[in-house]
Amino acid sequence: MTRKFKTMDANEAVAHVAYRVNEVIAIYPITPSSTMGEWADQWASEGVPNIWGSVPHVMEMQSEGGAAGAVHGALQTGSLATTFTASQGLLLMVPNMNKIAGELTATAFHVTARTVATHALSIFGDHSDVMFCRTTGFAMLCSNSVQEAMDLALIAHAASLETRIPFLHFFDGFRTSHEVNKIELLEDDDLRALIDMERVFEHRQRALSPDHPVLRGTAQNPDVFFQIRETANPFYDACPEIVQSVMDKFAGVVGRQYHLFDYSGAPDAERVIVMMGSGAEAADETVEALNAKGEKTGLLKVRLFRPFSVEHFLAALPATVKQIAVLDRTKEAGAAGDPLYLDVVNAIHEGGQRHIGREIRPLVIGGRYGLSSKEFTPAMVKAVYDNLKETAPKEHFTIGIRDDVGHSSLDYDHGFSTEPASVVRALFYGLGADGTVGANKNSIKIIGENTSNYAQGFFVYDSKKSGAVTVSHLRFGPKPIHSTYLVSKANFIACHQWIFLERYDMLSALVEGGTFLLNSPFGAEEVWDHLPRTVQEQLIAKRAKFYVIDAYSVARDTGMGSRMNTILQVCFFAISEVLPREEAIEAIRESIRDTYGKKGEDIVRKNMQAVDETLAHLFTVTVPTTATSNILMPEPFPSNAPRFEREVLGTIYGNRGDELPVSVFPVDGTFPTGTAKWEKRNLALEIPEWDTKTCIQCGKCAMVCPHSVIRIKVYDSRLLEGAPASFKATDARDKEWLGLKYTIQVAPEDCTGCGICVDVCPAKNKAETRLKAINMTPQPPLRLLEKDNWDFFLQIPELDRRNIKVGNIRQQQVQEPLFEFSGACSGCGETPYLKLVSQLFGDRAMIANATGCSSIYGGNLPTTPWTKNAEGRGPAWSNSLFEDNAEFGLGFRLSIDKQTEFAHELLKRLAGSVGEELVASILTAPQKDDADIYEQRERVVRLKEALKDLPSLEARQLLALADMLVKKSVWIIGGDGWAYDIGYGGLDHVMASGRNVNILVLDTEVYSNTGGQSSKSTPRAAVAKFAAGGKPGPKKDLGLMAMSYGNVYVASVAMGAKDEHTLKAFLEAEAYDGPSLIIAYSHCIAHGINMTTAMQDQKAMVDSGQWLLYRYHPERGMAGENPLSLDSRKPTRKVQDFLQMETRFKMLTKAKPEAAKVLWKQAQQDADVRYRFYEYMASRKFEEKTQETH
Amino acid sequence: MLDLTTQYLGITLRTPLVPSASPLSQEIDGIRRLEDAGAAAVVLYSLFEEQLRLDAQELDHNLSAGTESYAESLTFLPEVGPFRLGPEGYLNHIRKAKEAVKVPIIASLNGTTVGGWTDYAKQIQQAGADALECNIYWIVTDPELSSADVEQRYVDIVKAVKAAVTIPVAVKLSPYFSNMANMARRLDDAGADGLALFNRFYQPDIDLDELELKPNVLLSTPQALRLPLTWIGILFGRVTASLAATSGVHGPEDVVKLLMVGANVTMLCSTLLRNGINHLRYVEQGLRDWMGAHEYESVKQMQGSMSQLRCPDPGAFERAQYMKGVKGIQHVMVTGREAWRLLNGG
Repeated sequence: MTRKFKTMDANEAVAHVAYRVNEVIAIYPITPSSTMGEWADQWASEGVPNIWGSVPHVMEMQSEGGAAGAVHGALQTGSLATTFTASQGLLLMVPNMNKIAGELTATAFHVTARTVATHALSIFGDHSDVMFCRTTGFAMLCSNSVQEAMDLALIAHAASLETRIPFLHFFDGFRTSHEVNKIELLEDDDLRALIDMERVFEHRQRALSPDHPVLRGTAQNPDVFFQIRETANPFYDACPEIVQSVMDKFAGVVGRQYHLFDYSGAPDAERVIVMMGSGAEAADETVEALNAKGEKTGLLKVRLFRPFSVEHFLAALPATVKQIAVLDRTKEAGAAGDPLYLDVVNAIHEGGQRHIGREIRPLVIGGRYGLSSKEFTPAMVKAVYDNLKETAPKEHFTIGIRDDVGHSSLDYDHGFSTEPASVVRALFYGLGADGTVGANKNSIKIIGENTSNYAQGFFVYDSKKSGAVTVSHLRFGPKPIHSTYLVSKANFIACHQWIFLERYDMLSALVEGGTFLLNSPFGAEEVWDHLPRTVQEQLIAKRAKFYVIDAYSVARDTGMGSRMNTILQVCFFAISEVLPREEAIEAIRESIRDTYGKKGEDIVRKNMQAVDETLAHLFTVTVPTTATSNILMPEPFPSNAPRFEREVLGTIYGNRGDELPVSVFPVDGTFPTGTAKWEKRNLALEIPEWDTKTCIQCGKCAMVCPHSVIRIKVYDSRLLEGAPASFKATDARDKEWLGLKYTIQVAPEDCTGCGICVDVCPAKNKAETRLKAINMTPQPPLRLLEKDNWDFFLQIPELDRRNIKVGNIRQQQVQEPLFEFSGACSGCGETPYLKLVSQLFGDRAMIANATGCSSIYGGNLPTTPWTKNAEGRGPAWSNSLFEDNAEFGLGFRLSIDKQTEFAHELLKRLAGSVGEELVASILTAPQKDDADIYEQRERVVRLKEALKDLPSLEARQLLALADMLVKKSVWIIGGDGWAYDIGYGGLDHVMASGRNVNILVLDTEVYSNTGGQSSKSTPRAAVAKFAAGGKPGPKKDLGLMAMSYGNVYVASVAMGAKDEHTLKAFLEAEAYDGPSLIIAYSHCIAHGINMTTAMQDQKAMVDSGQWLLYRYHPERGMAGENPLSLDSRKPTRKVQDFLQMETRFKMLTKAKPEAAKVLWKQAQQDADVRYRFYEYMASRKFEEKTQETH
Repeated sequence: MLDLTTQYLGITLRTPLVPSASPLSQEIDGIRRLEDAGAAAVVLYSLFEEQLRLDAQELDHNLSAGTESYAESLTFLPEVGPFRLGPEGYLNHIRKAKEAVKVPIIASLNGTTVGGWTDYAKQIQQAGADALECNIYWIVTDPELSSADVEQRYVDIVKAVKAAVTIPVAVKLSPYFSNMANMARRLDDAGADGLALFNRFYQPDIDLDELELKPNVLLSTPQALRLPLTWIGILFGRVTASLAATSGVHGPEDVVKLLMVGANVTMLCSTLLRNGINHLRYVEQGLRDWMGAHEYESVKQMQGSMSQLRCPDPGAFERAQYMKGVKGIQHVMVTGREAWRLLNGG
């Protein structure tokens, strides 16, 4: 059979198989596995059949636990079922996995192995999650590459049916799941050949059915559980042989032969590494290179990790082996060794003791590598083999880091490389927005699918969502590419953004005589003088071939905007000579037709035009013989940053985090706040400029600013002394601030240029109405001036919080934000709400933050936007997990309440010592507003003073708890994926607890952080991942459910529709002494909208009734009034007016117009019914009812 | 028995009452209701080439915005599609309309490129439209563009579309030409089978609270009738293309007046949006009543009877009409120059 070669990543490769050999697929998004579910959902919506000609049912669940439960049920009733997951998601599946295995049920779960959160969350790859499953009874099969992931996915399903043991098939998150490689595609006939229908019929026969009823899932007792548990042993004993027979069958059909343990290297090797996962590919490459130089090394790749066959393992090792290094990509703190190491030790021991297999007595040492996708390179592999040469090799070593605390790490030669000369290696530095990654994926496709060459692509992304840097690592060569590590020696390096020249040392990776392509606003004649000195020096030293293209101009002139993908792709092919130029360009044209054809002829035409224009703008630069530049690379963080920030966080920011040793880090994952301010990212091409005369000082611009870069201060005019000449100030207009000065200042280097502030500004210049009180103005000419102004602005003292009326925005926005410069998407709809919380309550706030966008832009290293005020107070922030956030936050409350209660008790006990009056005033303090809080803090200062010299234990205890006497504000924050789906059970419980917590749901109506999957908050008719055909059901009414408790304050807000309402709701929620739920509509880039005008979308949403504004206040209920206040007016627009504004809705009208018509009509009905229902409830008169009952 | 039939674009219509391009034809049900109410033909809402382009660009931009930036969210919306970004939806609408009703369906097209005009025109013909109205909605704002160039573009469009299709082609145009009569003749020479007079261009209003331009479209008033009445009256008998009156047609008497100056059909839009589709029945009945009361036998008898060529006072269609108006006010004879002075308060 001739099979097609395709380029794809392992997620697609695995989904290709899993979709075709299953009938029920239960999914839930979690990085890096989400795309497997997305493929399945998309294929199902397109009607793609499985190998039996039927379209699988794909169902998104509320959590991974739910997905596992649904799969369990589907399996029990006779379907072939699967799921995909990773990390914490896999952990949530563990209870069901035990059940599925205990019942000997055939299935395969596909897992992108990912780090389990410990001292920190990490989305990247290691085996810590799959190692949790060793006790579930699942067989565990590991793939090391994209091709293997496809092949072993099939083997897993087939072997599971043969053995009745469920399989966990895993491959490394990101390194394999996201690596694009050229692979041979398995055909449906291959799948049919491997899946034995007799086994499928047996699976069906075992299913629960009322037609032949049985009981399964019993409860058992000490008398028999044990024995029954042992009944499954023969199945496990037989499993390895059966798996091998399936692998042999696969080899017969497809041609690729796998073994339970695959050995490669010298047949008479003395030093052998045992490992599994993508790192084995790099090790394989190294073994080949080392042995070519006369060494005798070997590598044993573990494929079937469970059941672990000692016999097969020993048989696979060469008899000559003297030293074995077992490499684990996981850490079990406190264990005698990491898991694979212990298995190998046991295998050698048991082999000797029980005379299984070969009699060998090698030295076995264990090492750890690659946690959280840490690079694992041939240089590191060589160091492991070198360690084995030592007379006393380092045991329980680490490789890939510098452990200067435990001294576990092996040194390695960073310069060692096994990259063959026949492989072209290229590095591309781009911005997320410029299309670099897309272009490179396309290039891989062109080369992989149009030539006999093999191609590999791996993409490294930023920790920020806005202005994100992407680095593409590409390899092309005549043989399959197994280099599972980043390109460190490149023949071709392209810099697609000029600003990177000053930020990254790109050229250190360039080989001598290599090519450097620079996208430059300067032409070939003038570019040299604008380069930093190090760039010049490296170009000269490496005798580089240097090209420039002004892709910005070509993109602009051909209507491509900021997307330069096609242009730079043409440049790459034109100068890299990977393919003959004409052939390459024709292939680009063909791929443009393929890629953009579905987006319309106009898009195709523009791209074609860009291809035509590119070559005329591509120039060779003659590299001079001497470096002349005085431009130096700046330090990542400024010199006034504290040392830890500068030396540790700054190094991470400067892309050199890999170089940091163990000793510089905190031991428990604790980091300082207030660090985002050191990153001056200068992302904005334009920033807002204030017009003092037009401004009406309403504060709206500052309120909506997602990045807290627009600040307002009101201050005494004497403070203007020494102000820079360009510093702007005007008289404060508020009657209560008469005589004071007023300034709106922009942080020029932190602004992302989203423009939302200008869009919401209500003040128009009377002479020229296109101008407002703030206007977007090019940043570069303003940068230095405004930087000085910003620095001056910062040192002006904040207005005393006691003198700010927080009830109106004009005054409230003078409050200092304690959330600033986040790396959220430019124009983010969530962050203005967080900033508001930080302004109003930040100096006494404790924040429990669910995993999601807000935990990423809130807490992804190197920095955090959460900060503190001049007194050192600010939000204390933590993220526990995704699903447990409400409970985590409730824990804060319980803890605070207990400590406060104990402090009260101690106060009373110590009243005689510290003063009755002080104690009474502390205990009775109202603490309702900032003035109250201020006074209470003063009292606590006095208390501490009185306590500090008291010798009693009680006094010391009270001193330790004294700060708890000042009211704390607990905020439980997360997105709709958390609140509506995975965390709903906990959220419900926390609301029912009656405790004083404030729950803020940043409702984007999709799982934004994982790429826009549908949640139960997604409204009807919206297209989202997992709802590719438009969501057929309505949005869950979370607010209504919360109201049913009666004692929960509930508010539904949308800042863009009514900002005063939002402010009021936040104040009421916090003031209410009980649980509060604020559902805050947050526009999102996942909606496919113009982010600059997104607040207008919010307004249209409310005007059309698609979103309601309301407040349900239990205190009104207690006062005999109707607790519900409907705060949005009767809809004045049709829902479709709003739907038209957003691609998430509109795209359905282009893709499936008939379905859209039906769903849009239903969406209108949803809004009509909802409004009438709320209007009815809110208009009930409670007074009469109350009288009637008396 | 009154004969209300008329010829438009070479097609015989039951009456001269034709709903012009409007949202009323966006749903097949609306088209059915128009036919039921007596529409002699239906002009569909317009297919705007520029709108298709903008939609495609917007979709491309919004589907790719923010992608490939952060490892967890490499895309935000699913890869659905292919998208129907071309005229497929409109063409399907024509097909369905043809299946749903018996009256002629006149498609309406607004192109922005020559290729767009001709390609879409061909596809519209293939979809089964009985005729095509070229809705040349072009507000010229470029001070570098001469009136000659503008006029030539109109002519080129008509020639290109005529060369591309065999169904009759009408041209809906604005009155803003230096010499409307010459323009009409040139379009006639270029092969236009009909002229729809006139397009009402969007004119913005100002929201004084927000200091913003308001893009609300005003429905026409009966006063708007005067412009097509004037020019149809002048053009009748001077061009071979059939003439459609399409502004300010609100009641039966408006129809009568327009027929008298020479309109082959009268097109209704604002009044149907305002009064509902059934208003068509009232207008037709009103036309019948008027004709009956005034002893007219057929529409043909009326058509052109008050045109400039056939009316008792041809000068009334030209400048003299203005002079007469001014004279009426001033009770004195004034020259053109004096009239200018009077109007400018000098």
